[in-house]
Amino acid sequence: MKIAVCVKQVPEGNKRLDPATKRLDRSGEGVLNPFDANAVEEALRVKERTGEGEVVVLTMGPPQAADALRKALAMGADRAVHVADERAAGSDLVATSRVLAAALAREEPELVLFGQQSADSDGAVLWAAVAERLERPVISQVAELTVERGRVRGKRQTEFGYDLIEAPLPAVIAVSDAVNEPRYPSLKGIMGAKKKPQEELSLADLGVEAESRTTVLELTEPPGRGEPARAETAEQIIAFLEQKRLL
Amino acid sequence: MKTIVFLEHHDSELQKGALGVLSKAASLGGDLTGVLVGAGVRELAAQAGKFGAGRVHVWDDPSVEAPLPQPRVDALATLVEEEGADTVLFAGSVLAADVAAGLAARLDAGLNWDLVDLEARGEELVGKRPALQDTVYVDVGWTSTPRLALFRSGAFDPSAGGGGEAEVREFSAELRDFSTVAAMVEQAHEESSGPALEEADVIVAGGRGLGEPEKFTLVEELAKAFGGAVGATRAVVDAGWYPYAHQIGQTGKTVSPKLYVAVGISGAIQHKVGMQSSSVIVSINKDANAPIFEYSDLAVVGDLHEIVPKLTELVRQKRGA
Ligand SMILES: Cc1cc2nc3c(=O)[nH]c(=O)nc-3n(C[C@H](O)[C@H](O)[C@H](O)COP(=O)(O)OP(=O)(O)OC[C@H]3O[C@@H](n4cnc5c(N)ncnc54)[C@H](O)[C@@H]3O)c2cc1C
Ligand SMILES: Nc1ncnc2c1ncn2[C@@H]1O[C@H](COP(=O)(O)O)[C@@H](O)[C@H]1O
Repeated sequence: MKIAVCVKQVPEGNKRLDPATKRLDRSGEGVLNPFDANAVEEALRVKERTGEGEVVVLTMGPPQAADALRKALAMGADRAVHVADERAAGSDLVATSRVLAAALAREEPELVLFGQQSADSDGAVLWAAVAERLERPVISQVAELTVERGRVRGKRQTEFGYDLIEAPLPAVIAVSDAVNEPRYPSLKGIMGAKKKPQEELSLADLGVEAESRTTVLELTEPPGRGEPARAETAEQIIAFLEQKRLL
Repeated sequence: MKTIVFLEHHDSELQKGALGVLSKAASLGGDLTGVLVGAGVRELAAQAGKFGAGRVHVWDDPSVEAPLPQPRVDALATLVEEEGADTVLFAGSVLAADVAAGLAARLDAGLNWDLVDLEARGEELVGKRPALQDTVYVDVGWTSTPRLALFRSGAFDPSAGGGGEAEVREFSAELRDFSTVAAMVEQAHEESSGPALEEADVIVAGGRGLGEPEKFTLVEELAKAFGGAVGATRAVVDAGWYPYAHQIGQTGKTVSPKLYVAVGISGAIQHKVGMQSSSVIVSINKDANAPIFEYSDLAVVGDLHEIVPKLTELVRQKRGA
């Protein structure tokens, strides 16, 4: 079975918006979005369980996002596709979903996996837009996934408890961060990653435009709660609680 | 402005979040209607009038009973066109997020998410979105019609503005093939009742930082020493470490105790919305950059395995228990 995993690179550590472009500052170090490691892991497990297939990781992002793809390859993914195009910078949901859907349509995977959310934009929305464009069923927030006999079944939490939803393949699934414990890349995996096929595509290659439909107007200060007091020991916590008359 | 608000319901209740968004939309003026899709929902429609909906479009049919997103995308896409709506608003929820994003792709319409406010500036709408773990607020706009907005859960309280009963207008839509292939095998039935978390003065909540389910005893012991209750994050509930009835956050309970102690919790927005109105928040996390420290009163940087047992002992001594 061919499985595609959509992954994103996010800035490491503290993130900031660039006041000039009003976009996320991506100049520093980047890492594979931690939530997407769960999606890669789940893809590898499905492949291992069925004993055959291919795991393709896909990202849309700046040139350095190739590092995130390499991490996924080091975990065990077979191949990477990178849509890198200046004109896609700052894409919103509508634009990103159009580009990813075009790249996925080219691959025709039976299963498309997403992570729970991007650690930088916290959208937790992209999969439904991509599924719509691919005209495939979608199950989101999946904490337990089974793939069997051409069907997927996902258990997921809503505001009211747990749903169990089933759909035929091909399908789009977004997993939650409790679905598994992602493996660490082995040394062999890291060494081998460089040799795995990595394809770079432009928007022209895909024949799409990345036109956003939302704009960022202004950055403002949050209504701050103020700096927290600091402590390192149990005694200091007690002193703080006594001062607040909580003990 | 011609606005449609997605009215989510569960059992036989309209969801509070959706009524909150309806109230907000009413304050912005214009033609305001709601949409209600499900089976046996016609009776619920009239209630929306009190919160500002002049009319409610109702699709009451067994084929759209299960709360799955894709049939609702079909429903809304049809309605937006029929009504010429320029704005569609959603209260954040697991279902609404998928409906909103699917609709955005269907109509190529801009979606701004996680908004905590919306303002009309002439013909323009401007949304307010906290970003990067709420460290910066961003004013966002739309360059499309319709404009789609998904609000953070709990963004607005419903206010019954004294309107009357909403007029009910029945409609239906053609379902796309791919919209109908996902099936609800078992629908959320979990009882979220259980411990009276909402009443507790002190809540000690544990997250994945505990490392393993057995370590929840650390949290339980500390809660007991305070005479308080135990909370949990979705990550540990989904992983089966602790029951759903203890979960705090967007898809769990909303609490506001006098003291909230977060143990090994990173502080995701979805957790924050369930506990941010606690009077005092103390967080123990080994990562000095953990987002939870952004909204804590006391940031305790350190290993919970060392700090919590010691703290429990000291609290016991102080409270003479
Ligand atoms: C639609 C949606 C709804 C959601 N609803 C909810 C909800 O209702 N409630 C909820 O909680 N989440 C919810 N989530 C999930 C949320 O985004 C986070 O994934 C989740 O809250 C993370 O849980 P956590 O803090 O336990 O785990 P993690 O994010 O993994 O954090 C663990 C923390 O423990 C710290 N740690 C590790 N070891 C130690 C140690 N020895 N000592 C001290 N600290 C340590 C780490 O530094 C880390 O910060 C939702 C997500 C989505 C997309
Ligand atoms: N630029 C991107 N390229 C590929 N996949 C992405 C990208 N952005 C987000 N994703 C995927 O979509 C999921 C949800 O992202 P979001 O809706 O932005 O929170 C992530 O966990 C990834 O799996």
